[in-house]
Amino acid sequence: MNNFIEAFLNVEIAVAASPILWMGLVQTVLLALMTVPLGMIAGLILAVLSAQESRWVRWPLIGFVDFFRAIPPLVLLIFLYAGLPFAGLDLGAWGAVALGFLLNTGAYYAEILRAGIESVPKGQSEAARALGLRRWQVWIFIVLPQAVRNVLPDLVSNTLEVVKLTSIASVVAVPELLFQARQAQSVTYNATPILMAALAYFILLWPCVRLLSRLENRQIAGRR
Amino acid sequence: MTGWDGFVFSFFNARVAADYAPKIVEGLLLTIWLALLVVLSGLALGLVLAVVRAAGIRVLNWAIIFTVDVFRALPPLVLIVLIYFGLPAAGLDLSGFGATWLALTLVLMAFAEEIFWAGICAVPKGQWEAGRALGLRFLPTLRRIVLPQAIRIAVPPLTNRTIAITKGTALGSVVAVSEILGAAQSGMSFSGNPTPLTLGAIAYLILFLPVVIAGRWVETRFRWKR
Repeated sequence: MNNFIEAFLNVEIAVAASPILWMGLVQTVLLALMTVPLGMIAGLILAVLSAQESRWVRWPLIGFVDFFRAIPPLVLLIFLYAGLPFAGLDLGAWGAVALGFLLNTGAYYAEILRAGIESVPKGQSEAARALGLRRWQVWIFIVLPQAVRNVLPDLVSNTLEVVKLTSIASVVAVPELLFQARQAQSVTYNATPILMAALAYFILLWPCVRLLSRLENRQIAGRR
Repeated sequence: MTGWDGFVFSFFNARVAADYAPKIVEGLLLTIWLALLVVLSGLALGLVLAVVRAAGIRVLNWAIIFTVDVFRALPPLVLIVLIYFGLPAAGLDLSGFGATWLALTLVLMAFAEEIFWAGICAVPKGQWEAGRALGLRFLPTLRRIVLPQAIRIAVPPLTNRTIAITKGTALGSVVAVSEILGAAQSGMSFSGNPTPLTLGAIAYLILFLPVVIAGRWVETRFRWKR
């Protein structure tokens, strides 16, 4: 038991590691604040484009989305970070993370929003056109609000996944929470910093998980 | 070398590809094996937890909900690192493979429990009552009447979630599992050429592109009627 406390709940190490873990947490939040809006905008553009009638537009977009949903994000990140420099294109750690996360999360948001847009009956946009609204007005005032409402739990769930995804940036040495925790762990040879990082993720994301549980339960209750 | 030749030499180098293709295939087999283990154990544990939760013992339910919340909130990579670097200190030494398996199993267990539980809740109460009225006990009612309907409801969300978590096997490369990404990265550092990485990406596409497309089909096929 003492060994366990020594290894996981070492107060001395916890105190010493907390400043750099805090710096890491700030970076994690910044990464999430960068990735979520960018991914949502990319996903929205992809989803609206793939709702077009022309199959020459739709099929390549579906292929693009499926491609980036099939590649594990870590593989994409390593490719951008360690592979692209061979082609003379060095994005750096932050650039690789930004582009990799944009492609990955953009594809997921696109898939969710596409399902949302499909769930809005066609009569809605036809009625709006008949009332004299312009195309962009139909999207912004009629289709998208209903689409987003219909897939809200999936959007929240994906946003949660994006925040969790930021932890893989540690692999390319972006100094976010997990990276700092592993640094502290390798210096002190003690697992306390990693447990603290896990605790920080939990405190940060638990409210989101609770909210999601409620949304999902309500969605299922509503379908009965 | 012109730009195009340089590009082909770097990313589609036939000689390097021939050298490292066997390693990537070994990595592919390891990825499939790891993924199968995770899917089996994760789904089984998730189903067990959902069934226990259906029994409605309050203290037990709180424990289940909390456990599920924990593994939904923690990034899989954090869990892998915690298990791999932390557990030896607690006297339990897992290999990189074991740590990745355990972490992904716990994550899939949590998501699967939520989805199975949602499916059980979506079965109308009258089904339970009718089963009990026919003289079936709790477990037979659950097994023969409620679960078959619940699982049907759970299939589409479960498919997508399972695919997403299975892709997490790539995280094993961080703790020295030589699955596809691990094999590709060591191939790249040995040869000084990123072609193994291209091969790795292709291996992932071969493995997951059909699954992603099938997942889309399952989603429309089993969709819960609105």
